[in-house]
Amino acid sequence: MKQAWLKNIRKVLAIVFFVFTLFIFLDFTGLIPQHVDHRMTFIQFTPSLIEFIHLLRITSLGFLIVIVLTLLFGRVYCSVLCPAGIFQDVVIFIHRKIRKKRRFRHLKTRNMLRLTILAVIVISVAAGSMALVNLLDPYSLFGRITVELFRPVAIAVNNLLALIFESFNNYSFKPVEIRSFTAGPFIIAMLFLGILVIFPLLSGRQYCNTICPVGTILGYLSKFSLYRFRLDQVQCTQCGDCMFTCKAGCIDIKNRTVDHSRCIACFNCLTVCSARGVHYAPSLKKTTGDVSMGKTDLSKRNFLLTMALLLGSLVSVSGQHRHRQGGQDRGKRLQGGGHDVLPVSPPGSVSHHHFTRACTGCFLCVSACPTQVLQPRLAAYGWEGLFQPVMDYRVSFCNYDCVVCTEVCPTSALLSLTVDEKKQVQLGKARFIRRECIVHTKNTACGACSEHCPTKAVQMVPYISGLTIPEVTPDICIGCGACEYACPTDPKAIVVDANPIHLTAMLPDETKEEEEIDYKEEFPF
Amino acid sequence: MKRRAFIKTGVGAGLAAGATTMLGGFGRLSAWPGPAGELPYDLVAVKGGEPDRMFDKAIDTLGGMQAFVKKGQSVVVKPNIGWDVSPERAGNTNPLLVKRIIQHCLAAGASMVYVFDNTCDKWDQCYVTSGIKQAVSDAGGKMVPGNQESYYQQVDIKMGKKLRSAKVHELILQSDVFINVPVIKHHSSAGLTLSMKNLMGVVWDRMFWHRNDLQQCIADYATFTRKPDLNVVDAYRILTRNGPRGVSPADVSLQKQLLLSTDMVAVDAAAARIFGKEPNDIGHIRIAEQMGVGRSDLNSLKINKIIL
Repeated sequence: MKQAWLKNIRKVLAIVFFVFTLFIFLDFTGLIPQHVDHRMTFIQFTPSLIEFIHLLRITSLGFLIVIVLTLLFGRVYCSVLCPAGIFQDVVIFIHRKIRKKRRFRHLKTRNMLRLTILAVIVISVAAGSMALVNLLDPYSLFGRITVELFRPVAIAVNNLLALIFESFNNYSFKPVEIRSFTAGPFIIAMLFLGILVIFPLLSGRQYCNTICPVGTILGYLSKFSLYRFRLDQVQCTQCGDCMFTCKAGCIDIKNRTVDHSRCIACFNCLTVCSARGVHYAPSLKKTTGDVSMGKTDLSKRNFLLTMALLLGSLVSVSGQHRHRQGGQDRGKRLQGGGHDVLPVSPPGSVSHHHFTRACTGCFLCVSACPTQVLQPRLAAYGWEGLFQPVMDYRVSFCNYDCVVCTEVCPTSALLSLTVDEKKQVQLGKARFIRRECIVHTKNTACGACSEHCPTKAVQMVPYISGLTIPEVTPDICIGCGACEYACPTDPKAIVVDANPIHLTAMLPDETKEEEEIDYKEEFPF
Repeated sequence: MKRRAFIKTGVGAGLAAGATTMLGGFGRLSAWPGPAGELPYDLVAVKGGEPDRMFDKAIDTLGGMQAFVKKGQSVVVKPNIGWDVSPERAGNTNPLLVKRIIQHCLAAGASMVYVFDNTCDKWDQCYVTSGIKQAVSDAGGKMVPGNQESYYQQVDIKMGKKLRSAKVHELILQSDVFINVPVIKHHSSAGLTLSMKNLMGVVWDRMFWHRNDLQQCIADYATFTRKPDLNVVDAYRILTRNGPRGVSPADVSLQKQLLLSTDMVAVDAAAARIFGKEPNDIGHIRIAEQMGVGRSDLNSLKINKIIL
């Protein structure tokens, strides 16, 4: 039976999901409302699983939908929903346009390697580090590649258009400045872009079938899926067309078998077979056309054990922050200066401990942050996690009325906040360093810090010879960094010290002085 | 000038010659002729109305906008749009006033009216939240970004003591008419922010001013030859404390006043009085007068006081 329509459906859905996902990471204009971001990322396996474990919320069951889909139809996540997977398909598509005779071959299983990688990831999570999950999760690494590499290109094109249009007196394009650059995440994004281009050129979806932890987990599940691909033992002429088109290299034409753990359900084999030799049909019992993960396979029991351990460790590390007092003792890395200081974690991150355990470093918040105060880092919080962003007050400051980052986060690393809630979340506290202050050193007026302070936690108080000098009221400071950013001295005369556990700030005084104005009264001059 | 010219040449090369007419008022250097002849008053003060109506009255007594804007001239209006706060918070110039000014300019025959500020909060959010973007588009003006250093051109400030040069937004340098529209606010650094302080938003590097004697730098820039042709001081709502951003509507006082003058020192002196301060207590007003920017002695000025 020809089921060519299946491939077409796969292609259309994949393009739709891919373009949307690409767009939410590229969007530098704030064009896409935040709730749309969340709807698009809700189905992503790793973020959804982490969110579910942290929040036990019914709305974060995207990963369960993926599991059900996998048990029904095979690894459709990998061929339709995973942005890194679709990206590799695009590479393969272009490659085939250039080299028409491009043929894939059957690849030997690498189950030992595959399960070893997964096991190492599980052990690292159990040991309290999200670093490997963050490094290898396909959704997050695609996000990073887009934000670090594609987004600057999009911005450059936008700025060029802005420049051209402006010279014709048209200001419809908003120029965007990229305010900062950090080498670490950029280099790793380059490296993974290389992997996502070279791997598919050489051998198709090898990354997905060897390294990717999501691919391994779903691969195991897909061995039990209801719908499976089989080669017809009678009709198949062993012409090899299906094998040549199989990106996963999972069709063994000699033995007329399909390795379901590696099949990514792209339906290409169905379309190319000219002899009704490939079937995609429900098969409840094992048929002769199936192979398991191979002879060298770790047993089912081992896999299930690994999975149980993964879940267990994810749950246990997520629970730890309820008992422990944050991560004061950990992650003492600098955030840009020359001395060790704790980084300020974004609004909604609750504590360094919660944040480092839930953030997969996809950089969606970095991309969405209107002021660019959220900056990517390699390991700002220590090696408990990679790519977890920081609030960089040398680059910018957090807008008082903005909660965009908490709305887009797909993993619950940043818990959703209302604007009113956020105005009381204290990320850190401003600390005034008098010996660096202009007013003190030069005896001239300044006050840039107080100007920018949205709560007036930094007030100007009388100083010598009619001047005023900053004074901090820490209770109403929310640690937004406006003062640190605005301070014109180097080194800064006012800095924000991070709260490793976010606190609640007091509200500023809003009592209005009674006034009666007579609008008929004469002018005072 | 250079940047625009460069791009224009580059792009223009590939386009039909007819398209160059679209370039309009740009490309010619104006001599900034200023208002024609003597104005009947040094300062106009209005009280008791809505922002637009007060402006109608005030400009009328100076001979209408025609006294400042000639047919075909380009105009740049510089309100205070420093902060991402709504009009009720008085952190920015009143949008209704900005709208009215643009309407008057266009009615007087202006070829184009540009509006921008080099903001403190994120620029595009300030433009929207302040209500000014909407006001400008309703009035038929053009809202222009000020967020890129490439818009700013180096100029010398010959009389400056601390501020000897600055990068100034190209629209200030190129437009035929420059209208400065500050709002009266308490200010943690400068004491008050008025018309001279508002000009901090036409330069790129504000932090230099903060580092190098802010009050002196404000006065220094006020000596720069490209002075505003008209200053319209918004005192409809004024920020009485916690300025320049303000914390809540409790910081705002509804004063319903408006000041108009070509003299920045005079208008700032009057504005200081409205706020309840003596002009001489504000460092930059005192210094600017000493440097000959204008006159702060309100008794010697010809003031038209209108109470609606």
